[in-house]
Formats: sequence, C-alpha cells, structure tokens
Amino acid sequence: MSDLPPYASTGQRIWHYTFRYVICGLIFFFLIFPILIIIPLSFNAEDFFTFTKAMLNLQPEGYSLKHYNDFLTNPDWQQALRNSFLIAPAATFLATAFGTLAAIGLSQSHVPFRRAIMAVLISPMIVPLIISAAGMYFFYSRIGLQGTYWGVVLAHAALGTPFVIITVTATLVGFDRSLTRAAANLGANPVTTFFKVQMPLIVPGVVSGALFAFITSFDEVVVVLFLGSAAQKTLPWQMFTGLREQISPTILAVATIMVAISIVLLTVLEMLRRRSERLRGLAPT
Amino acid sequence: MNKSDGAGGVPADGIMRAADGTPLKKSLARALRREKIRSLLLILPLLAFILITFIAPIADMLFRSVENGIVEDTIPQTVGLLQDWDPASGELPDEAVFAAFQKDLSEAFKAKTSTRLGLRLNYEKAGMSGLFRKSGRPATNMEPPFREAFIAVDEDWGDIETWAVIKRASPRLTDGYFLSALDAHRTADGVEMLPEKERLYIFLFMRTIFLSIVITFSCLLLGYPIAYLLASLPVRTSNLLLILVLLPFWTSLLVRTSAWKVLLQQQGVINDILVWIGLIDDAGRLIMINNMTGTIIAMTHILLPFMILPLFSVMKTISPSYVRAAKSMGASDWTAFWKIYFPNTVPGIGAGSILVFILAIGYYITPELVGGTSGVFISNRIAYHISSSLNWGLAAALGTILLVLVLALYWAYDRIVGIDNVKLG
Repeated sequence: MSDLPPYASTGQRIWHYTFRYVICGLIFFFLIFPILIIIPLSFNAEDFFTFTKAMLNLQPEGYSLKHYNDFLTNPDWQQALRNSFLIAPAATFLATAFGTLAAIGLSQSHVPFRRAIMAVLISPMIVPLIISAAGMYFFYSRIGLQGTYWGVVLAHAALGTPFVIITVTATLVGFDRSLTRAAANLGANPVTTFFKVQMPLIVPGVVSGALFAFITSFDEVVVVLFLGSAAQKTLPWQMFTGLREQISPTILAVATIMVAISIVLLTVLEMLRRRSERLRGLAPT
Repeated sequence: MNKSDGAGGVPADGIMRAADGTPLKKSLARALRREKIRSLLLILPLLAFILITFIAPIADMLFRSVENGIVEDTIPQTVGLLQDWDPASGELPDEAVFAAFQKDLSEAFKAKTSTRLGLRLNYEKAGMSGLFRKSGRPATNMEPPFREAFIAVDEDWGDIETWAVIKRASPRLTDGYFLSALDAHRTADGVEMLPEKERLYIFLFMRTIFLSIVITFSCLLLGYPIAYLLASLPVRTSNLLLILVLLPFWTSLLVRTSAWKVLLQQQGVINDILVWIGLIDDAGRLIMINNMTGTIIAMTHILLPFMILPLFSVMKTISPSYVRAAKSMGASDWTAFWKIYFPNTVPGIGAGSILVFILAIGYYITPELVGGTSGVFISNRIAYHISSSLNWGLAAALGTILLVLVLALYWAYDRIVGIDNVKLG
C-alpha cells in the first residue's frame, strides 16, 4: 500500500500520485492554511484583515509590529492576559491534584462501582459546554459564586479533571505492580512507595494531564462568559468580544502568540509521551 | 498419597490458615475489603468535588426546567382560593378571590416581585406582563368592591381566560417550559401545537441536527483520505504529517474561528484571491460568512482532527496483507478496497462520526461568531435565554432536551467504542 509496486499500470500510477499529492495535499492545506495565514497578517501595517499591496510586494513599510504593540500596551488586553494566568494555574492545580489521586484509586484491581464512578468523573468532558455553563450559572448564582474568581476556578477545574484522569490512567495501564510490592517488601511504607516508586513513573502522565487541564482552562470561553464578571475577563473572552463587536487586527497578533504557545505545548507533550514509553519499557515509536 | 499431612498441605480440620492463625478465606476477604476502601478513599475527594462543582449544577438545571414556585410564592392567598374555582363554570371568580388578589398584588408590588410574576405569566399568554405592570400600583390603594375596581383598571381582569391562565400556571411544578421548548402550549382544551408560523425551537433543533450531520459528513469525507494516507505511510513520515493534524487540534478554538472570520469575509483573503484570478468580479464577492456556509466550513475545520484520529488508530491495525491477499486472488484495486479494506474501517468511521456529531451538536462559540442568523444552533438560543431574555426556565428545558440527546448518543458511542478507549492526541 505504501509504495507502488514496480508492475503498477499507468492508471494506477496516476491515481496513486493524484491521491497522495493532490487530494491529500489539498486537505492538509485546508487544515493548516487558516492557522498559518494569520501569522503574516498579524504583521500588517494597516488595520486590514487582508494582504495589502505593500505586503504582497514584500516592502518593509507594509509590515509592522503595531498590533503586537497594541496588545502589550492596551489595558484591556493586559488585564485579560493577567486574568488568564491567574485562573488557569489555580484550576490546573486543583484538577491535577484531585485527578491524579482518583486515577490511582481507579486503577486498583478491585474498585466497587467503577463504571458508575468513571461515568460521573468523565461527565464534564461529555456534557456540551453550553449546558455545563447554563447549569453552573444557575447553581453558582444560588450559592454566591457567580461572578467571582473562585467560581471560575472551580468550574475550570471541574472541566479539566477528565483529561487528567484519562492521561494518568493511560500511564498506569502498563504499570508493573510488582515494583510497589518489591518496595513494600523492602520495608517502605505506602507513602514512601508512592513518592519514590510510583510517582516518578507516572509523572509524564501527570504532567501531560496538567497540560491538558491548563489548556482547557486557558482556552475556555463559554463557561467564563456566563460565570465570570468583567473582573474575570480572560484572554479568550476578550477575543470573543473583539470578534463579535469591534473587530480589530490586534486579535490576529494575539492569535499568533497563542499558536506559538500551542506549538510549544505540543512539543512538550510529544517529548513527555516518548519519555513515558521509554520509562515503562514500551518500544519508542 | 496421603492428602492431609506434609508441610503446606491442608491441615487436619480442612481449613487453610494464614500465618497468624486466621482462616485464609477470612484473611483474604479482609485484605480485599481494605484494598477497596483504600481505592475509594483515593477517589472520594474528586468524586465529591465533581458532585458539587458539576453534577449539582446539572441537577439544578434539570430542576429549573420544571420548577414553578414563583406564582404560589408571589400570590399565595389567591392561588389557594382559586383551587375551588372552576374556569369551565363560565363565571368569574368571586369577590373573595379578588380581595385576596388585591392584598397579594399590592404586597408583591411593594416587594417589587409583581412584574417578575407578570413576565412569568406572559410565557403562558401574551399580554399578561403588561396587565401586571399596569395593575400593580392601582392595587395598592383600591377600595372594595375589588372585582369592579380591577375591571376598571383593565377589562382583561373581567376575562375568564386571564384567571384560567393564573390557575393553570399555579402548581409548583410545571411542564410549561418543556411545552414551549417543543413549540407547544397549554390552552383550555389541553396541549396544542403553536401555529406553523410561530414554531421556532423544533425548527432550530432540526437545523442543529441537520447542520451537525452535514459537518460530520464533510469531516468524514476529508478525514478518511488523510487517515488512510497516514496509516499507509512509514511511521517516520506519518508522525511528521500527524503534526499537521495535531497542530490545529491544539490551537485555540478562538484562534481558528478568528482565522476563518478573516478568511471568509467579503473583503477577506479568499474573496481577494478569487477576484484576482478572475473567477468572480469585484461586485460579485461571495458571502461566505454570517450564514450556514460559514458555520459548516469553520466547524468542519475545527472538528476534522476528531474524525482523523479515531480513523487513523483503527486503520493502523488493519494488516496490509488482507488487501494483498484480495488482489492476489484477482480483485481489482477498487474491489479490494471496497470489499476488504473499507468494512474493516467501519468501527473507526462509527467512532469518529459519533464523536464529531456529539461535539458539533452542542457547539456555541463558532456558530455565534460566524453563523449570522441562518447558521446558529440551539445552544445559541439557550445562551440568549440565559443572558438576554432571562427566561431561565425555558433555557433549562432546552438544555435538558439537548443533554438527553447527547447522553443517548454517548450511550451509543460507549456501546460501539467504549468510553475507556477515548484517547487524546
């Protein structure tokens, strides 16, 4: 399948190359083009969302950093950035701490009601965000958490936990139980065993779960839109209002920065995945 | 051989014992119980956390979709007296009801709750909100006989239908929101569908489902070749190409939505290119945004990775020798693909399609930003009722219907793929 056999007919050759380079090429283009196109557009010297003549002729006057400058100096964007970095780490911490413990509990061999518990714990990932947002808005306004920092943090933590559970459970699947038994046999108590033996092995899963939880909170806009007040305006929220009301090219500069952040996160995750597989003795791919 | 002696054999009484002398069975059961408790203790903090921060809000929403305390809480005495009044009798409630209503309404007016009640009753019958707003203040300084006094304020108080509406809306639990969510309403003769022209939600649900199917289908159409290519390439190359799939997957939803907003605008990049190559002229720029086309294009792009990844993981496991065997027995390329390869990928198609469909049906942000009015989903209507029209009961009812739909689909997904097999990246 991967390569054409030497006896392939002309028709087969034409189809093979058309499929591989034209059809798949176009679909890859569709996938990646919208993300790449915003990068040059964000350096536009004009307040336009398309390429100006000067940009197409590659004249330096056509390009500028003014939208980045606006992002760095505009108090609205700065406030949003600060809020995002106040909310996401707190939510990540809660989600990772609770999620890791629960994943270790769930991976034991005899857990009563495992399916029911799993269904409850995974539910924040399954329920559409608009429904979670509606329910949280109703309930949190009853208990006075609506429009507060902690309300948003708790909501984001709840949304992030399923990812932590899934990634940590995945690293625990290949976990060799005789390691903890050996530690216990040699006189380590359960706490020492956990921190000295189990933890180092599942750390890659925990960290990638934490990254998922972080990106969930950092990207989340529906819940914060309902639960937050103006004082909790996050970066995605600011982008959302920007796109809906007074669309300004600063959004493209922010978008470019966020693409850079996702590339970094993707790289870190891939490195963690490989490390985990190596640690657990699975063949590196 | 003698079974009952020898070291490590079964002792004389036939009971295996642990080192401390307790029967082994008991000892094992105790260890098992301890392990169960330990695992539950580890799970408990998160379970409690999710129950409070997530499950309770969902339960609250379900409750709100039927909750209707407002009528009885605002005008308690009137509701009590109306129990004995029969709208079918063709007579207005007696003076006692009007007197109780005068007391209730003037108290409600002072507590500023009368207009809220009017709004609530307006969902049952148009005009009630205005009636209550108009009558609140006069009710505070009314003289008996109250029936004539109310009719003097507005003759709708002399209409039996007005009182029938109040009586119908007075139970603490109501199915009224669900009826509105399904474009029906309750009249004196029972439940009736709204006239064709006023139906909104069923149409919106249908559109949401229709658009989700179109999006799922376009994802399948675009995702299948890519997954096939990735699965047939050597691991090193396919890992590189996989990055092109994972990068959009990891990029913020808002970034991708803004990219499409920029690309699809009438003065945007795509229209500029089309004009430049002469496919369309400057006056005939395509309108691709703020309508259905915008929603379909942007959401297909956003959800495509969710189709490719499950398809890819299924296709990876299909051995190339199947297709080779088919070809060696004389099958053409197409027959080998259609009869051998394709049936093997059906589980992946099922998994990817259900996943994309579930995600699509609850989408809010993208339709809101690129959908205009013709490309919005039911979720946009829910958001509207929460933040603009403040009809929370209806928002909760719409949300409940959507939730039931999604959970049913997840149940199907679980049967086909298994929730445990959800993989990330």
